[in-house]
Amino acid sequence: MILEGKAWIFGDDIDTDAIIPARYLNTHDPEELARHCMEDADPEFASKVSRGDFIVAGKNFGCGSSREHAPISIKAAGVGGIIAVSFARIFFRNAMNIGLPIWECPEAVQAIQKGDSIKVDVEKGAIELPQKGYTFQATPLPEFIQQLIVNGGLVNYVRLKLGKEAL
Amino acid sequence: MGQTMVQKILARGAGKKSVEPGEIVNTKIDLCLGNDITAPVAISEFNRMGAETVFNTSRVALVPDHFTPNKDINTAKQVQIMREFAEKHRIKYYYEIGKMGVEHALLPEEGLALPGEIIIGADSHTCTYGALGAFATGVGSTDLAAAMALGEAWFKVPPAIKFEYNGKLPQWVGGKDLILYTIGEIGVDGALYRAMEFSGPAMEEMSLEGRLSMSNMAIEAGAKCGYMEPDGKVLEYAASRAAREYEPVYGDRDAEYENTFRFEVSNLEPQVAFPHKPSNVKPVSKAQEVHIHQSVIGSCTNGRIEDLRQAAGVLRGNKVPPSLRLIVIPATQEVYSQALKEGLLEIFMEAGAAVSTPTCGPCLGGHMGILAPGEKAVATTNRNFVGRMGDPQSEVYLSSPAVAAASAVAGYIIHPGEVAK
Ligand code: SF4
Repeated sequence: MILEGKAWIFGDDIDTDAIIPARYLNTHDPEELARHCMEDADPEFASKVSRGDFIVAGKNFGCGSSREHAPISIKAAGVGGIIAVSFARIFFRNAMNIGLPIWECPEAVQAIQKGDSIKVDVEKGAIELPQKGYTFQATPLPEFIQQLIVNGGLVNYVRLKLGKEAL
Repeated sequence: MGQTMVQKILARGAGKKSVEPGEIVNTKIDLCLGNDITAPVAISEFNRMGAETVFNTSRVALVPDHFTPNKDINTAKQVQIMREFAEKHRIKYYYEIGKMGVEHALLPEEGLALPGEIIIGADSHTCTYGALGAFATGVGSTDLAAAMALGEAWFKVPPAIKFEYNGKLPQWVGGKDLILYTIGEIGVDGALYRAMEFSGPAMEEMSLEGRLSMSNMAIEAGAKCGYMEPDGKVLEYAASRAAREYEPVYGDRDAEYENTFRFEVSNLEPQVAFPHKPSNVKPVSKAQEVHIHQSVIGSCTNGRIEDLRQAAGVLRGNKVPPSLRLIVIPATQEVYSQALKEGLLEIFMEAGAAVSTPTCGPCLGGHMGILAPGEKAVATTNRNFVGRMGDPQSEVYLSSPAVAAASAVAGYIIHPGEVAK
């Protein structure tokens, strides 16, 4: 699977309150959550992001509460994946579980600038910047996680295991 | 290369010989846990998964503890969802008020968190059970739903950091002080993704309660888990309470650690974490003149019987000034009843404290002691983020039960040795 999109840059320690402020947690609806995605970090993000774009961030992305609303809002906003120096632990899990691909790659984060085109080979974990001619190697996502992403997350993974059709 | 206890537990759960840090494994789980905030979400995901039954009715624990006894209609509805789910699926370990406790104090008492086990909970402080030699970690609600349906979970095997505590802990200094000190040294992401292994002579001397307080706060350093290898104290405790068979696991002598920290603790003072980070730690002697409005003794960090004994030891014969609120919350029904038998509740009440039925209550700013703007509290809880116990303009200082009790008497943060009679 190849993902392609443009870069949106964020800093260190972007917490779950910045990703989806608590004032919007009275709903589970992904589309409603998407409208407020990253609102307290960049109010323009939700309206300007295009399908497939990447979030590129510093260390400890997604720290704070264990709310799954955070990765859900990012995925529903159309973001194709996140490349960061590091992720907070429960955010990392939650992103995988809902089928939002994320990579830790400090070298790529350093090289990527706002608006850069990015191409990621999901199987290989290769992050390419075609205009700049760079390629960075992130640790490829383990096969099990790739399966989660291809299936659209843990809910579908379990459905298939239980012999049901994917949602 | 040798493996840590956590690697060996995960390898066993995955049916593998060994696992490497960074590797992702799918393992069976021995227990999964949810509370009144996270379980209702997990139940709706469980239904979306199309699951008809839980994988094992005695491997799921549901504990309504955060807003119980229910404080309002919405929280009552959440518990109603849990209660109905528990009935429908014949969940063996559902704990109604009157029989319950704060989840991470309750499960060890019930013999549901045992050496060598893999336990996940949709609650970040699930790491508490590391003190009993289990691999235990917090997850999201979807993870809990999948675990209830399949009895499995996936994990990224964590690298380990070793913490060695040498010397002998002075009077009034215990597990809470050690973990606050440690987080102060390494920071809130000092152990991100890592397993924290606690060891050394001061740990061996430490009571189980003190160790549970330490593991409880591993997440405050970003860790995946915080554990100690099971010794005689743990094995004896587990044997007397176990609800099922279990098999302890020990790390290899040549296990690999990413880093080792050695601390000499013989001269350590009681520690206090200032607002608004658990890593903003100072020795109590540097905390004077912090005047407080409220003191809270309880929570999954410090609401166990030893904690209440410690607080009562300081409060005996003392009185809380009229303008200050002292709230004591035994973490479980068993602790409550033991404290009653030992006369501790009477000491609290004579000192002027309010004593509550078990609940998380003020720890997360839920109910039973919310702070107004500008108010300060000392608390034996584990988080002092902005607004954690109430208004965003209020402040929480984290400490041991002895310091929280002494400060309630003095009206400002103080060393327990200066107050105890
Ligand atoms: S006592 Fe506090 S930290 Fe512990 S489970 Fe309850 S709310 Fe969470």
